[in-house]
Formats: sequence, structure tokens, C-alpha cells
Amino acid sequence: MDLFIQLLDTTVRLSVPLLLAALAGLYSERSGIFDIGLEGKMLGGAFGAAAVASLTGSAWLGLVTGIGVAMVLAMIHAFASITARGNQIVSGVAINFIAAGLAVLLGQSWFGLGGQTPQLPNSARFTPIELPFAEALSGVPVLGPIYSDLISGHNVLVYFAFVMVPVTWWVLFRTRFGLRLRAVGENPAAVDTAGISVVWARYRALMITGVLCGVAGSYLAVAQSAGFGRDMTAGKGFIALAALIFAKWKPVNVMFAALLFGFLEALDIRFQGVEIPGIGAIPVQLMQALPYILTVVLLAGFIGKAIPPKAGGVPYVKER
Amino acid sequence: MKANCFLLFGQKNCGKADQKARNSKNDVLASLIWEEGTTGMSEFAIELKGINKSFGPVRANRDINLAVVPGTIHGIIGENGAGKSTLMSILYGFYQADSGEIFIKGEKLTISDSQAAIAAGIGMVHQHFMLVENFTVLENIILGAEGGNILNSALGNARQSLIKLEEDYELAVDPDAVIEELPVGIQQRVEILKALYRGAEILILDEPTGVLTPSEADHLFRILQQLKDQGKTIVLITHKLREIMAITDNVSVMRQGTMVATRKTSETSVEDLAELMVGRRVLMQVDKGEAKPADVKLSVENLTVRDGRGVTMVDDVSLEVRAGEIVGIAGVAGNGQSELLEAIAGITRAESGVVLLDGKPIKVTGGADPALLRHEGMVHVPEDRHHMGLVLPFEENENSILGYHDQEQYLSGMFLSIDAIRADAEAKIEQYDIRPPNPRLKTSNFSGGNQQKIVLAREMEQDPVVLLIGQPTRGVDVGAIEFIHKRIIEMRDAGKAVLLVSVELDEIRSLSDRVLVMFAGKIVGERSPEATEGELGLLMAGVESEVA
Repeated sequence: MDLFIQLLDTTVRLSVPLLLAALAGLYSERSGIFDIGLEGKMLGGAFGAAAVASLTGSAWLGLVTGIGVAMVLAMIHAFASITARGNQIVSGVAINFIAAGLAVLLGQSWFGLGGQTPQLPNSARFTPIELPFAEALSGVPVLGPIYSDLISGHNVLVYFAFVMVPVTWWVLFRTRFGLRLRAVGENPAAVDTAGISVVWARYRALMITGVLCGVAGSYLAVAQSAGFGRDMTAGKGFIALAALIFAKWKPVNVMFAALLFGFLEALDIRFQGVEIPGIGAIPVQLMQALPYILTVVLLAGFIGKAIPPKAGGVPYVKER
Repeated sequence: MKANCFLLFGQKNCGKADQKARNSKNDVLASLIWEEGTTGMSEFAIELKGINKSFGPVRANRDINLAVVPGTIHGIIGENGAGKSTLMSILYGFYQADSGEIFIKGEKLTISDSQAAIAAGIGMVHQHFMLVENFTVLENIILGAEGGNILNSALGNARQSLIKLEEDYELAVDPDAVIEELPVGIQQRVEILKALYRGAEILILDEPTGVLTPSEADHLFRILQQLKDQGKTIVLITHKLREIMAITDNVSVMRQGTMVATRKTSETSVEDLAELMVGRRVLMQVDKGEAKPADVKLSVENLTVRDGRGVTMVDDVSLEVRAGEIVGIAGVAGNGQSELLEAIAGITRAESGVVLLDGKPIKVTGGADPALLRHEGMVHVPEDRHHMGLVLPFEENENSILGYHDQEQYLSGMFLSIDAIRADAEAKIEQYDIRPPNPRLKTSNFSGGNQQKIVLAREMEQDPVVLLIGQPTRGVDVGAIEFIHKRIIEMRDAGKAVLLVSVELDEIRSLSDRVLVMFAGKIVGERSPEATEGELGLLMAGVESEVA
């Protein structure tokens, strides 16, 4: 039981950046802009957050900076793909390279630690919050450990990420903003002829993408770890993208997909080098590859066709 | 009474007398203006003055003047590319005119975007519906007119207004249905409701009947008539002369970006309008003698085709085409005609069935080689010339041998003989009157009609046994239609077996010797081309009527 709770606890922690990044991608892709640059935006955000947190000693200032950096990158992507009508994949790849390169370059020249930022003290990090009655309820069988170990005791960004799931659902399906955002992703001409700006709707969607990527990056650097490390996103942006497709661009599904991939990662960490009776040690590489293999296998046959937003990837040009 | 009237909308004089009585006041006013174009401007629902619009070197609209009398149905007719849609897009704020003035109800307006047009009471039903396919009817209707940040109350209000609009105009639609699951006729109603929900007083419809069955079109015309009776002004853009004659009060004709004439519909005729559209006299009737069918050249037995999702598109179809006859397949687009043609041509793999070309079986269920089939005498003029018939960035002469480039006369050793190809292209240009007569010109620079002639010249000059033709005159101007129809008849008279697929019922009826009607993948009936439009229309809509 303890082991299981621990495993789930790790799952929650590990799935947060995936969840935030996948939700970020959801806003972007639902508005018709493919975003392969989630990875880069997260990395940029992580670096910005860690650098400022280490300079000022404030996690919150770090978070604001992380969001700012990711936002700038998101707006570069927006300008390239909405205003300049460029290729969205190329722009996204470029952002990944820029972020990876600049973070190391600036990190080295500012801190001289080989591209890392200095180790952050706990005061400059987001630390776990104890929810009310966690202590008191921990004795209650079954529900007690679930509440006090699994639900309580995470940092504020974890709660933010999970709250964003219903919020995103509500925004997309219950507000004017969401209706227009989904419409531009499906048939921008319909939005244009209704007298609404396609460009503005897409820019706004990408702003939210920037914010969420920034939070995801900040979580990695100033909550989960204590500082920025070279390539610390380690492909999480791409796994988030896989989770998004896996979830068929639906907010609640995105949460479960992120949790599933988080769980696989947790398994990987928990069982690294552990001898399993009858099988022996499972190779690390296999465990690490599991999320990708799972995505391919599931997408290929088990979850049915994932239909992306119809206008995705296509710059909107009024027909001549 | 009116319903009967429109069912037979080919017949001219239907209902004209009472329309005239109703509009007599406007007619007096209008006739004054159309002669001179000066007085009483404040009375018009729409008045355009000196509208110019260019796209790069192309002048889509030149110095256009137009006046539309309120409470009438005003037709705008012209060939493809005459500038009708551009003009209406300017009126709807989708494009901005380079110069010119727009007056709505006598008030001068600058329509900088669609929002401004909607505010001025203009609604537009586009040729390609501006609907979000995976949204519900209700969501589509409120898009852009939500009336608040949170949707709940807007959806409630829209539902109320929708029920009222439905009662007023017989526009029944299920507000919670998802658009992609609705038939096109209903989707079009949603477009109309969208405009009415926004309070449109002026409704512009761009080629509204292109995707409709004859009976759906009749229904649409009844709705338009009702809207007119309620005082709405309707602008109907079309290239179909019969629709103009059947429903409009006044008609303006456009040709090559200019407005060439405005007439009262009651004082003009189909021939008159056709001549104005093309700029010369056009033969509206296809001249053809008796068919002399000989041996069966193409035989299709129990052909079934499924698409990528496993949906049956062609369902157990059998047919025969004899040498010297044209068999026309009528049907609303998307009922399997395209797939049938492609399966016979060996392009799409059939699930099951047998196809015999001149008695020899074709491997339609797998392993068919379209290139080989063409050599054996089955040529194919595909429905979509841009997608399958031509490589648009190629020069004309390259396209005129496409697929036949390995024939000896085009080769010198292992290389293409450029001289031979160009000479061949020049001969075809001459023979098919392709304009401009320049074999070196990029194919995308030819007009739709001339591009189609390039494809036809290439395929027809192969001296085929069987000729498969899909949509021979889609996006082709009236002048070229006349020529293409004549060539198809000539092919028949030369003893070819011709299988014709077209969604233009008029074309099917005037060219075919036998008409097969397809609905939902099945051939639901065979009729003679003399069958009435109403009878064929019912078959096309899937209503079985074995009585006739």
C-alpha cells in the first residue's frame, strides 16, 4: 500500500510539467497553430525562472520571469506563423533550438557553471504545502494516506496545473473566447465572415500557451529541482505533444494522458536496476522508451483515429 | 399554388403576373433608373457606384454600378470569373474596393470588415458554407454574435429566436444537431438562419443551388420568396439562367469584371441573357442526331467500391455502354458517381465486381494499371482537372502529352522529342481552339475552359474505344461549354462508347442517350433523356417512383 501511494505520489509530481505543457499545446492547436516548440518554451521558461530566482531569492519573481520568457518565445512563434504565415513546424523547431542554445550560452556567461544555474536554497523554491487536517487525518485507514500523502504536500504549481484542467474545459466550451478559439481552429473563414478577427483570436490563444509553458518550465527549475540544468526538459515537450494527440485535444483526457505518462516515468525511476523475480533487471532504456512506444502503439490501433483541428498547420489567407 | 409553380421552374411565365402587380410601384421607379442611373437614389436597398477592384494584374471589378430595389429578388448572372463573387465580397466587407462608393438604404457606408456589413443589415450565404463542421447548429448561429463573455444565456436566447425564425420562414432545423451530420440543403438553411439571426434585411446568396437537388432548390426558392414577401431584399448570384428566369424580379449581367446590363426579368429571355454574358450569340440547344448504338464496349457487373473508412460508395452497380451512345449518370454530388468512374478507370481499387473493356476483363479489384488501360483504349477525363488532369505549373505542351509521353511519336531515342511535342501541342491548340494559342505558356495561366480543352484534346485524340468523362464543364464558361458538348457528340457519332458523369442535370439530359440515376451508391433507375426534371429530381433525391 505504501509503495503504491509513493508511486502515485511520484506520478503526480512527474505528470505536472506534462500536463501544463499539453494544456499549453491544447490552446495553441485548438486555435489552428501547430506547436512543436513546447519543449523550447518550457526550457526557456525554466532557465528564466531559475536565473531570476537565484539572483533575487524569490521563487515568485522566478515564476514571473519564466512566464515572460516563454511568452516572448510564444509570440515569436505567433508572429512567424500567424502574421508572417510561415511554416509552423519550422518555426517550432527553430524555437526549440534557440531556447536550448541561448539558455546554455547565457547561463555560462552569467554564472560560469557550464550552463547550469546555481543551486537554489529552499527559500527561493516552491516548497510543499500542507493542506489543512493532513496531519490529523493521516491515521484514518485508506483515505488518510491518500489525503495526507497523495493530495496534500505538493507545491502550489501542482495544484495550479490540476485546477487548470476544469478551467480549460470551461473556457473552451462555455465562453465566447473558447467558442471563437475552437472555430478558428476548424474553419477560420467562418470566423472571418462573422466579422471576428482570426489573427487576434489566434494571438490570444498563443499567449495562453506562453503562460502555461512558462509555468511548466518554472515548475521544473524552481519547484521540482533546485536550479536549471542543461536540457533539463529532456523531451517532455514532445511527450506532452504525444499526450495531447493521445487525448484527442480534449482537456480532461489530456489530464489522464499526462498522468499515464507520468506513471510510466515513475515506474522507470522506481524500478531502475531492481531485480524483478523471474525476469531480472529491466533495462533502463526500455523503461525510458516506454512512453514513446506506448504512444505509437496506442495511436496506431487502440484509441481510434485522432482527428486534429481541421485548420491546424495552415496559415489563414483570405481566398482570392 | 406557388409550390407547384417552382417545381416546374424551367417554365417561364409562372407566377409572373402576380409578382408584377405587387411590384408595380418599384417597377416604375426602377425602369427610370436603369435607363439613366440618376434619380431617387435614397430609395435603393443597395447602390454601388464606380466600384473597382484588382488582384495584382487582374482587374476583377471595373467601374461597377448596381442598384437594387428594396423588397425584390435581384439576380446577378455571369460566367465563372466574371467578378460576381468579388463584387459581393466587397459588399460584405470581405474585400475592400480599390475605389468606389457603397450606399445602403441611401446611406453612404465604408464597409471595412464583415462586422460592418452585418451591422448594416447585410447577410451572406456563401457558396462554400461558412460553418464550423463539428459545432452544433446553435453554436454556429451565435458565433460572432454571442452577446456576452459566457455562452449560456446566449445559447438560450439563440434557441428562442431560432424557434421564432423557423415558424416565420419554414426553416426547420434541429438546433442541437452537429453540422457535419446534416445534409447540405439543411446546412444551407443554417447559413440563412445565421444571417437572419443577425437581423439581416439584405440577403446575398452566392451560387446557392450548386450543391442542391432540384427539389431542395425548389424549397430554397420557396423560402426566398417568403423572405421577399416579408420585405427582405435578396441578391442571388448564379450562372444558371433558368434560376434567374424562375425567381428574380430584376437581373444584372456581368462579363469580364464589368456590369454589362440590367434588365427586368419579365422583359428579357434566356437567349438574350446568354448573349449578354458571353458577348456573342450562343447556341443554347445541343444539336444531336439519333444515336446508333452498336456492340457493347464497356460492361460493368456488380461493382462495389468502399472508401478508406470502409463506407460503401458504389453499391453493386451494373451497367453497359455501347459503341455510339452516351450514357449519362445523374446524381447529386457525393452519391458515388466519382468513385464509380475512378474504379472503372483503374484508379480506385474496387471491393468486388467485374469490368469488361471490349470483352476483356480489367483487374478492377486490384492490380489494374490505369496507364495500360489508356493504351488499350479506355481514356479518362477526370472530374477534377486540377487534381488529376493537369500539372498546373507545367507548360501547356507538357500537359498535352501527359501520360502518353512514352508513345513513339514523342520520343527520339531515350529522350523526349521537344520539337515533336510542341508541334503536336500546336496542332491540338488549333483544333480545339485553345486560347491563348501558346504551347509554352504555364498551364495555370489558362482559363478553366481552356484548361479543360487541353485535357479533352489530349484524351480524345487518342482515338479511344471507351471515353469516361467526369464533370466536363465544371468551372467552364458558356462559350467553351458549347464547344465541349459538340466534341462529345462528335465522339459518339464516331462510334465511341461514352460514359458521362455530371452533377448538372441539364448537361446530362441534353447530351445523354440514356440516363442512369445514382443515389447512395446505387443505380436507382434508368430513364430516357426526355424524362422530366421533376421525375429525375425525385430519383436523385432517393424517392423511388416506379410508376413512371
